[in-house]
Amino acid sequence: MEVQVKKEIKHRLSKWIREDRWPHIWCSGCGLGIAMNTMLYAFEELNIDPKEVAIVSGIGCTGRVAGYVKVDSYHTTHGRPVPFAIGLKVAKPEMKVIIFSGDGDIIAIGGNHFIHAARRNFDLICICVNNFNYGMTGGQFGPTTPYKAKTTTTPYGNFEYPFNLPYLAASAGATFVARWTCLHTYYLRQSIKKALKRKGFSFIEIISPCPTGFGRPNKIGEGLDEMRYYKEKSIIKNGIDPKDAELSLMGGNIIVGEFVEIDKPSYLEILMENNERIRRAEI
Amino acid sequence: MSAKILTGTHYMLGDHACGEGAIAAGCRFFAGYPITPSTEIAEWISARFPKFGGVFIQMEDELASMAAIVGASCGGLKSMTATSGPGMSLMLENMGLAVMLEVPCVIVNVQRGAPSTGLPTLVGQGDIMQAKWGSHGDYEIVAYSPASCQEMFDLTILAFNTAEIYRIPVVILTDEAVGHLREKVVIPDESEIEVVNRKKPNVPPEEYLPYLPDDDLVPRMALAGEGYFVHMTGLTHDERGYPNITAEAHERLVRRLIDKIQKNKDKIIKYEEVQTDDAEILLISYGITARSSLKAVHILRKEGIKAGLFRLITIWPFPYEKIEELSRRVSLIVVSEINSGQVRGEVLKALKRDLPVIGVNKLGGDLITPQEIVEKIKEYLKIRV
Repeated sequence: MEVQVKKEIKHRLSKWIREDRWPHIWCSGCGLGIAMNTMLYAFEELNIDPKEVAIVSGIGCTGRVAGYVKVDSYHTTHGRPVPFAIGLKVAKPEMKVIIFSGDGDIIAIGGNHFIHAARRNFDLICICVNNFNYGMTGGQFGPTTPYKAKTTTTPYGNFEYPFNLPYLAASAGATFVARWTCLHTYYLRQSIKKALKRKGFSFIEIISPCPTGFGRPNKIGEGLDEMRYYKEKSIIKNGIDPKDAELSLMGGNIIVGEFVEIDKPSYLEILMENNERIRRAEI
Repeated sequence: MSAKILTGTHYMLGDHACGEGAIAAGCRFFAGYPITPSTEIAEWISARFPKFGGVFIQMEDELASMAAIVGASCGGLKSMTATSGPGMSLMLENMGLAVMLEVPCVIVNVQRGAPSTGLPTLVGQGDIMQAKWGSHGDYEIVAYSPASCQEMFDLTILAFNTAEIYRIPVVILTDEAVGHLREKVVIPDESEIEVVNRKKPNVPPEEYLPYLPDDDLVPRMALAGEGYFVHMTGLTHDERGYPNITAEAHERLVRRLIDKIQKNKDKIIKYEEVQTDDAEILLISYGITARSSLKAVHILRKEGIKAGLFRLITIWPFPYEKIEELSRRVSLIVVSEINSGQVRGEVLKALKRDLPVIGVNKLGGDLITPQEIVEKIKEYLKIRV
């Protein structure tokens, strides 16, 4: 008789995950699992040592990513992952410091830090998962909520205009700007890999379903329905001016792609050069 | 060849002495935002840091400055920021993050007249309670109050050492008058300066628990990039650093954050006593106002009134026991401070018997003179007679 040895099946990404934190807190149909998973595949494909990566997040559903990834990870205060990451990157310039947080965190409360980090072309990768609302607090509107959309604090429809995040990032000075949806995992992975290999400020927006907070009041349906919308309405337009990158969940198109890729000395490159010059002049 | 600190005797601005003290303590990251009357610290550091391989970064605001120094410290750089009241208000949330994450760092608050924009260029001492209670929730903090340019140098070094030993943010609660004072500062040779560094993990990553404290209640700190894969969160967390949103975990964590300071307070608390042995009147003060109080003691002594000075060097943790002990031997306590009586309230808390505690107070903008203290005391004595 053959003795069967039960082999523990390990997922290819398990070395990147704090499995003792499972199950995660995200709702079914949420895009955060896909977004996180795609980033981990990018690490894996580039053969990156987990020791070389740090993830910094703020508060919110997306902010919880920092707690699930098995690298040095920092779950900071609401809106402040960007400046925290700036300090960390200065201390550990050899590490890949990634900000992984939501639209409310990075763009609303943390918007000022975001534009200044982009202006400085600071050596950070900023991944912003945009689900058009504050999910953790139960679905309030924010600076990315589409005009007329319903949320718990816009029960009669949102009358504010939303930001176009790639346009904002590019205008502020980000040297790599991309937008993908949770459906575009292949392209998203390529963009993350590109960001991991470059210096300066890289910004990647990931459009994600939030069926609980945003999908339900706006009759978008389940997560899968929103993904279907992405499939039907997404148009890849690499290299276009991000101000023309339309984003609509109400019947219009979602323009995705890599919009900006500029070669320009990064903050740390200039800083190191300056410090070296000053030190040499001293001797 | 690396740059050297300015060993020697100098005629130096208080704010500059603070900046040089930070460099001597091993500080290599400064993130700040210009604000009067603290800006000279940033200016000094921006000129000096490049020579030491340090990084100065002027942030977009004080929220960012505070967050950045916490981040840099997680990567192993000794870090500092400097500000004044309005900026301090913005830093408090992330100071709380440093408390919760147990990240060493130093915050200098060069106090000015407040509230709000108040008196940007004029002296104040009104942020005493803010340092202790300003960030939300219960926490313990260490705050020093330098009274001279020499102490701006010395206490900045001590602040870094204390931050490293207890893994806490340490506040230097100085004031505009000391910050903008120019006087003699003696900077010793680098080899004579005691510099303390945080404890490193003593077990391999697979056995490491980032928030398991040693006997001194302070856990060992792994830095980013060392392979320990730490997770730090401002949420209530367990020894692994993982969120644990329960009353039990919260009680355990916050209790330890308080106890690690409270149980070590005898090692932390610093003060200076002048002629307190036979004093009948005890003057209590700190920062620039302590210098007026000292002069007042001399004036009173000349007139045959037995006065003594108790100068707080650490404001937090507050030396309640020591003040209680001194209060047994005196008949009057006089607390002078440029606020409406913040430390006087703590002195009242310390007492176990009925004793008059009078305050000599100004609300900001002007120093309290020795004569004003003397007059207030005489007036009080006259009324009593």
